Parts: sequence; structure tokens; C-alpha cells
Amino acid sequence: MSKNININVHHVTRVEGHGNIVVNAKNGKIEKVQWQVPEAPRFFEAMVRGRSYEDIQLIVSRICGICSITHSFAATKAVEAAMGITVSQQADAIRRLLHYSEQLQSHVLHIGYLAAPDFFAAPSVVPLVAKAPDAVKTIIRAHRAANAWSELIGGRTTHPVTIKPGGFTKIPTEKEFRQLQETLKETLKDLGTIAGVVLSVAGNIPKFQRDTEYVSLKQTNPSAYTFYHGDIVSNDSKGKTTPVKDWHKVTNEYVVAQSTAKWAKWHRDAYAVGALARFNNNAELLTDGAKRVAKMFSLEKLCCNPFMNTVAQLAEAVHVVETSIQMIDELLTKGLKTENVKTTPKAGKGAGCVEAPRGILFHEYEFDKKGNCVAADICIPTNQNHANIQKDFEKFVPEIIDQGEDAVRLKMEMLVRSYDPCISCSTHMLNVQFVK
Amino acid sequence: MQIVNLEEEILDLLGGADVVEWREAMSEQSHDYDIAIIEGSVTMAEDEERLWMIRGRAKILVALGACATIGGINKLKNNFNLDEVKKCVYGKNASMPHLETSLTRAIDEVVKVDYKIHGCPIEKKEFTYVIRCLLMGKKPEIPQWPVCVECKAKGNPCLWDYEQVCLGPIIRAGCDARCPSSGFRCFGCRGYVDAPNVTAAKDVIEKYGLKVEDLKSKMVLFGSKQRPTDE
Repeated sequence: MSKNININVHHVTRVEGHGNIVVNAKNGKIEKVQWQVPEAPRFFEAMVRGRSYEDIQLIVSRICGICSITHSFAATKAVEAAMGITVSQQADAIRRLLHYSEQLQSHVLHIGYLAAPDFFAAPSVVPLVAKAPDAVKTIIRAHRAANAWSELIGGRTTHPVTIKPGGFTKIPTEKEFRQLQETLKETLKDLGTIAGVVLSVAGNIPKFQRDTEYVSLKQTNPSAYTFYHGDIVSNDSKGKTTPVKDWHKVTNEYVVAQSTAKWAKWHRDAYAVGALARFNNNAELLTDGAKRVAKMFSLEKLCCNPFMNTVAQLAEAVHVVETSIQMIDELLTKGLKTENVKTTPKAGKGAGCVEAPRGILFHEYEFDKKGNCVAADICIPTNQNHANIQKDFEKFVPEIIDQGEDAVRLKMEMLVRSYDPCISCSTHMLNVQFVK
Repeated sequence: MQIVNLEEEILDLLGGADVVEWREAMSEQSHDYDIAIIEGSVTMAEDEERLWMIRGRAKILVALGACATIGGINKLKNNFNLDEVKKCVYGKNASMPHLETSLTRAIDEVVKVDYKIHGCPIEKKEFTYVIRCLLMGKKPEIPQWPVCVECKAKGNPCLWDYEQVCLGPIIRAGCDARCPSSGFRCFGCRGYVDAPNVTAAKDVIEKYGLKVEDLKSKMVLFGSKQRPTDE
């Protein structure tokens, strides 16, 4: 086996956005391990200035085509916090239902289209169509169901148009909710099939471990496995939660010596966000079906194998579908009410936080008395993961360096993909240089 | 992402075409294209070089989605001084070479574009229609009329009567009036019709007791630095 390795993956494929991997080793000694992000900055925080509080979610939902609903909610919650706008219980429940649809859509996309080809040693999902047609069709069906669900409540599959400060412009009918519920029961079966397929290739999930901090939302009173409500928590915060308005105390964006990258750290030098973080902080609150999926893969709380993020997503997919089936019953038992929401702008500043499929997301805005935005600050999950990915690289590469260049390259790409990064969301990326 | 969202239909399209490169979903790569589909707008020198390269290798070039067809939301940036924009987001690090940015441009402001698939997001049906036409060597027909036509046909109440500044009268149809049908004003993601009736738009504003600025504040969302936003 050659002792010299030179890996330069320009634009890792099957991730949203652009990321590069650089590894140099000479005589078995690693000289350089880099995770770089050359994505063009888009300056959303500057662009929203001057725009009305009613238009903010329209603009920032365009940060990402995968988690547009999440960005819309983070922005809308921030607007509501800034102006003291309240939301009815019904609208709150329907929002969570809409948010769940995006978790399912994104998780199925990642498990099925982006991560699975690695487990089957295929370059993409396209050759899998011939190799495992039934599995691919099941994945497509679950993904379509999730998109139809988003479209029903959000008005479109991507970039929802029914969300507005204070509530919704339009909600589905009782009949539509019942149909959705029937579809979700079928989706639950499909997820069972998908879990079986993933389990059959689970032996290809690398057995890498690195202890780190996991940051997510936590909801108490009533306690729930949360994506939408709650405060910020980590496995290092000793049960103490931090209110969303203090989110800067959590992200602590910083610049590393010899580097100009803004990274995030809280109690340690890096932290991870995403499905595995949520699982590690809240696993006991999952539905029974989701717990069964975790058990199938021996996924337990405080798992520190980043590759298991994909399995945590699978458990969450089951969780959101099971929870939604039940929520629709509760919603319809109470009876749907038409709500005409009217809001009046006022000056203020507010933060909004929700869990994107790929991790915790923060938005913050300040408005003048006419309701026009004067300042914005957004911190997206992928940026919070970059330092953690780098730390993983530094531990992982020496462990696998003897396997040769191709294996190292593939496993590093798999590691990046396991975080389900959404690099085009990265509003705060600076040039990353890791010189050892 | 809307292409992945085609679900089963993508398998049919894959049957008619040989997808040789798709960075977001495939690891395979190629050097020649019968049809190249480009999404996103142009803001960096590197983008421009890649675009010239792709144009050189492609027989047909299709701009996909609002960023590519009109610049879209990304053009909001062009309303500000670029140095100030960088300072606003990156503070004291704003002068880093990596953050170099230029005015956002749509694809046809850099290279020749053969066809445009409008919208943010695109309409999946329109995408498959255009691709099918191109695979069969036909010229796709894209609506030249405004969103109001589709909205009226659906029997929706006019959102102007509900105090919403809706851009339906001047924006290109083809979306089946999705947003107004959900009770939300059209904000122009498909871009202006070829000859927007600006005079009529001004009449509508007057009728509802609003100012031109009220309309313009909505037109800038997807229509910054385009006619007739600046007129």
C-alpha cells in the first residue's frame, strides 16, 4: 500500500451546495486534512433590509430549496417575537404538521437519494433503479407523499406561501386532512420497508466514534420530541436550557488562529447539530415506532458515531409520521375554524428558532415602526457543523489512512454526506484553511 | 431539487434521456451535453468561467428557475452598495478575497440562453413538458399572458379586494396561479410578461388608493434591477 496520499475532491457530489476535501499524507504521515467550502456568499442578511415584515419569509425561504419551510418558520417566529404577535393553538398545530412534512421529505431524500448509494457501493441512485427497483420505488413513493403533504398545507412543495405572521392565509379542509392521514398510514409501512433495506446494508456504516457536544432544541411542559418549540440544550449543559433569544451565547461564532473561518462552539471546541443531536438529547420522547427503528440499528442515546445520523433520521421519519397521524385526529376532533389573521407592524427585535432537518436554525430580525427590516442575523445548521466535521476528519483519517487513497476518499465523502450538509445555506462562510 | 421532486416521473424522463452529470444527485461526470440545464445566478468570476465552459460544450442551454432566468431574489443585493453589503454580513472580515462578489446577473446576461423554465420554485409539469419537447426536437410554448388570466379562470376572488398588493397583472402565467389560489398575493417569481401593461398597473394602484411605491416595494422582491421595476 502506498504511503503517499493525495486527495483533492473538488465539489463533493450528492450534497446541496459546494464543499471540498483535501488530504495530503507523505510516508504515512498526514500533512494536511481540510474541509473547505467555496460556495458563493449570497448576503441574505443584507438583502432583507428595507423589506416589510410581511415579505421576510418569502425572501429567506429562498436560502434553501430543501429546508425552505424551516427557514420560513424561523423567520416568521422571529417576526412574531419582535412584534408580540400571537398564534392560535390551531394554527400552531397546523404549522407543526407542515414542518413535519419537510422533516420527512428531507430525511427520505437524504437516506434514499444521497446516502444510500454509498451503502450499496453505487455512484448515485440512478444505477440503483436497475439494482434494487422495489426499494427505489418505495423511497420515491415516501418522498412524493412528503412533498404532497407540504403542498397541501404550504400551497407548494417548496417555498410555502400559506405561512404568514400570526397564522395562515389558508388551511386544508377536514376532508383533505383525512386523506392526508390515510396517505401517512401507507407511508408508515413504506418507512418500515426502507428501514429493512437500510438494515440489510448497515454493515457498510463505518464504525467510527468521536465524543462531541450535541446541540438541539428541548421542549418541556409538556415534554415532547421537538422540532418547533422549546429552548436550546446540549449533552454538556447538564439539563439546563438556554432561551432562544440568547442564541448567540450558544453559537459563539469565532475565528480560529491561522484560519479565518467563522465556526461555532459552545462548551467544547466544536459541536454537532442534526438528527443525531436531537436523538441524543431527546430519544426517550420518540414514538414507539421510532424507538423500534433505533433499536433495529442498536442506536442508543449519546451515540457518537456521526455516520449514525442517517439512522437517527430514519427513526425521526417514523416519529413525525406517527405523531402527525395522531395530531390530525386531535385537530379534527376539535373541529377546524376559519381564522382571519390581521397584524399591525411595530418596532422591535426578535429571534426565532426551529430545527431544520439538518439541525438547529436561528433567525433574528429588527424592525422599525413601519415594520420594515433594519437588521438581520441568521445562523444555519451546516455552519454549526463545519468545525465538527473538521474535528472528525482529524480523528478519522489517521484511523483509515492504511486503507489507501480510494477508500479514504470515499469514507471522507460519506462522512460529509452523513451530516446531510446544506452548504448553499451557509450565509457565514469564510475561507477555511487548516495547515498542520 | 424540484427535479428530484418529480418522483416516479423522473424514471420516465431517464428512459428518454441519458443523464450524464448531475452534481447534486450523482457522482458521475461528463464533458459533452446535448442539453445543459443551469440553475442559479452569476455572482463570481469563477461562475462566469464555468458558464462559458458549459455553454461551449452544450448544444442546447436551458436556464432553470428564477435565479437563472431573471436573477430573482439574489438581485435584491444589487439595490445596495456591494462593499456595504459585505460589511453588513461579514463585518471586519469583509475584505477577504473569498468574499469577493459582483452584481448578481441572470444567465442570459452572461451567455446565450436557448430556453427558460421560470419560477421559484419551477413548476414540475412545465419542466417535464419543456424537456420532453426538447428531446423530441420541438419548440416548447411558454405562456405570454399574465397570472391574472389563470387566476380568473380558477374563479379566485381578486386579492386586491383583500388589501393585498398582488403582482398577478404583470407577471408571467404558467403556475396555475398557485399563490393567489392559496390566498397569498403573487410576488413575481416567474418574472414579468414580455410586455407588462404598466399603465394598467398604475390605474389599479390608484383605484385601490395606493402609491406607486407600495407596488414597487413588492416588485423589487424578484424584479430588482429589471424593467419595469425601475421605471
